[in-house]
Amino acid sequence: MGILLFGVAKDITGAAMLEKPAQVRDVAALKAWLYEAYPGLQQLKSMMIAVNRTYAADSQVINEQDEVAVIPPVSGG
Amino acid sequence: MEILIDIKDTITVQEALDFIQSPACGGEVIFAGTVRNHTKQRPVLKLFYECYEAMAISEMQKIATQVQERWEIQKMVMLHAVGDKYPGDIAVVIAVAAAHRGIAFDACEYVIDTLKETVPIWKKEFFADGEIA
Repeated sequence: MGILLFGVAKDITGAAMLEKPAQVRDVAALKAWLYEAYPGLQQLKSMMIAVNRTYAADSQVINEQDEVAVIPPVSGG
Repeated sequence: MEILIDIKDTITVQEALDFIQSPACGGEVIFAGTVRNHTKQRPVLKLFYECYEAMAISEMQKIATQVQERWEIQKMVMLHAVGDKYPGDIAVVIAVAAAHRGIAFDACEYVIDTLKETVPIWKKEFFADGEIA
């Protein structure tokens, strides 16, 4: 399944979409994998994960059909 | 409460004013956020706004629900622009109409403050010296 990336997270990884490794099954594991695969993400003040367009807690399970996105610090307005 | 939420290339204060027009309201508060030509004394050429639109709309709707639960607001507008924006361009418009001005000021401030914290929209700054941040 694809993970959407926005803003500076997209710049750091160089991708607007990444393929989620099969062993990643919750938000905490996804963050750990992202930080390891793209150490530049560790420089962000915050990195939230959205599951189905809602901010998700680390414990949230990720299902294959979910829409998952990496949300770096927002800066609208 | 009647609500207008939109994200698009160009937004205007006038469309927000038109929407909140109501003979039942005596207080209309409008906040317009515009592009500044500098950040910390460095000249800025333009901003680029990017958005995760489906989630941004959903988060804006959540803010509207919170406003509805907290204040007696009759009409509310939240507009955000995306794409290239130049100094003076309008990036965001919040408009609130209520029977009296007090809660309209409070609600308007709450909406813009919360939008800046929770709505997935990102700006990139293009500085005159060539840096992009």
